[in-house]
Amino acid sequence: MSTIGRLYLDGKIWLSDSVCTLVSPVSPETFANFCPRFIDGFFVSLELLLLSSLMGIVIALAIALARTSSTVLLSLPAYLYCYVFRGTPLLVQLWVFYYGFGALGEEGLGFLWPLFRDGYTVGLFTLTINTSAYAGEIFRGGIVNVPHGQYEAATAAGMDWWTTMRRIVLPQALRIAWPAYSNEVILLLKGSALVSTITVLDLMGQTRTIFARNYSLDVFLYAIVLYLILSGALTVLLRLIERRMMLPGEAAGAAG
Amino acid sequence: MVLENLPLLTIGDTGWGDELLAGCLVTLELAFCALAIGLVLGLLLAGAKLSKYAVLRGFGEVYTAFIRATPEFLILLLVYFGSERAIQSLLALVGLPISFEMPRFVAAVIGLAAIFCAYAAEVFRGAYLAVPHGQIEAGIACGMSSWRVFHRIRLPQMWRFAIPGLGNLWMVLLKDTSLAAVIAVDDLLRQAKIASESTRAPLTFYLAAGAIYLLLTGVSDAARERLERRAQRGLARAQG
Repeated sequence: MSTIGRLYLDGKIWLSDSVCTLVSPVSPETFANFCPRFIDGFFVSLELLLLSSLMGIVIALAIALARTSSTVLLSLPAYLYCYVFRGTPLLVQLWVFYYGFGALGEEGLGFLWPLFRDGYTVGLFTLTINTSAYAGEIFRGGIVNVPHGQYEAATAAGMDWWTTMRRIVLPQALRIAWPAYSNEVILLLKGSALVSTITVLDLMGQTRTIFARNYSLDVFLYAIVLYLILSGALTVLLRLIERRMMLPGEAAGAAG
Repeated sequence: MVLENLPLLTIGDTGWGDELLAGCLVTLELAFCALAIGLVLGLLLAGAKLSKYAVLRGFGEVYTAFIRATPEFLILLLVYFGSERAIQSLLALVGLPISFEMPRFVAAVIGLAAIFCAYAAEVFRGAYLAVPHGQIEAGIACGMSSWRVFHRIRLPQMWRFAIPGLGNLWMVLLKDTSLAAVIAVDDLLRQAKIASESTRAPLTFYLAAGAIYLLLTGVSDAARERLERRAQRGLARAQG
């Protein structure tokens, strides 16, 4: 394992230990007993969310560009991708990839097998694909709403297609689409709870294991509080990014 | 692999097609029941949010914030186990120590409706405020009572503003019904799971379930477009 990986793991354990020693004396007994599990699940959920949304943004931008392209060979596959992954439940997608493709085994999947063997990688993969389909649609809306004069001005200034996109269109499209995208990230956080059905011990997975052990309902309440903290922190972070992207003099929320 | 398993999807004793269709029916039942209850609760919640009493407004805001941040899956489990526990302790309190088992279908409907109504309330609230104020004033000027203004002027127009949002929520609801499979309601996804476990052809059945969901959302999308067009009829199309 790399040094960074080890450092990250150590950091997680240290954080979990310190949070639990701090919180345990003042928290209800059930929570105190299972504190390390809750914190561990919290981190797994956070990791899944950050990784899938970051990879999702990249794919979504490509999808949005393909969808707005005038070439049918690009726009049609992108449209179908969005249509299929937005039209089916995330739970079904997870089960198709984990139980469905996973059942093909090593002989059926070849070098892809390690990816499909582990619930965590399948979960990450499926969440990325799912969110990129939704975000692709959102970014497409942003691109379409950039005033046409901007394209013409860029062309008149001698920019080629890629420069126009990178310098003129995408920054503005992102600014328009950001409030809607923030919503999608919160939906992704809630959707990520479903990876617990494919054996991943995220916050929801840990909650279900703990509940199966002691059958006490307050376990769910602690999970809700932790999810509230996660989504609250995310909302603040997304709002900060939104403010950074704002042009000077532009009123808050005017871009939405 | 998938192709050679296609006979498994036929209707009859050897195929699982009829089971999948039965599951599909349960999925639709779940969705329509949750929709009906959720719309009523959503209207009430929107009323609470627009109320002049701070307590009701506060409740509305807290409830929406809670539903927005909590995973649907968690809410469903909480409703399922929580309602069973609550009714059981209520029975014990009355002096009837019989064990009570919450019907899973009912629990799933309540959970889905509880989620749906929070988002529907936002849509209704927006639609309520979208009706131009001048029309309300005109109604009052004509001597209408506030109730008459509401059901003659506001309500008929609210639908027009609410339909796009509600259509979106319906699609979300339809997809969320698949969560009921996890608490063992025999919906489409669970039938696919049962079939795949007994035939050992999971890819075929989960893909088939996915295709049926895609069909359901596709039909819903087309229906929403027609409804939207119908709601807009007679209006000037200046903005297109």
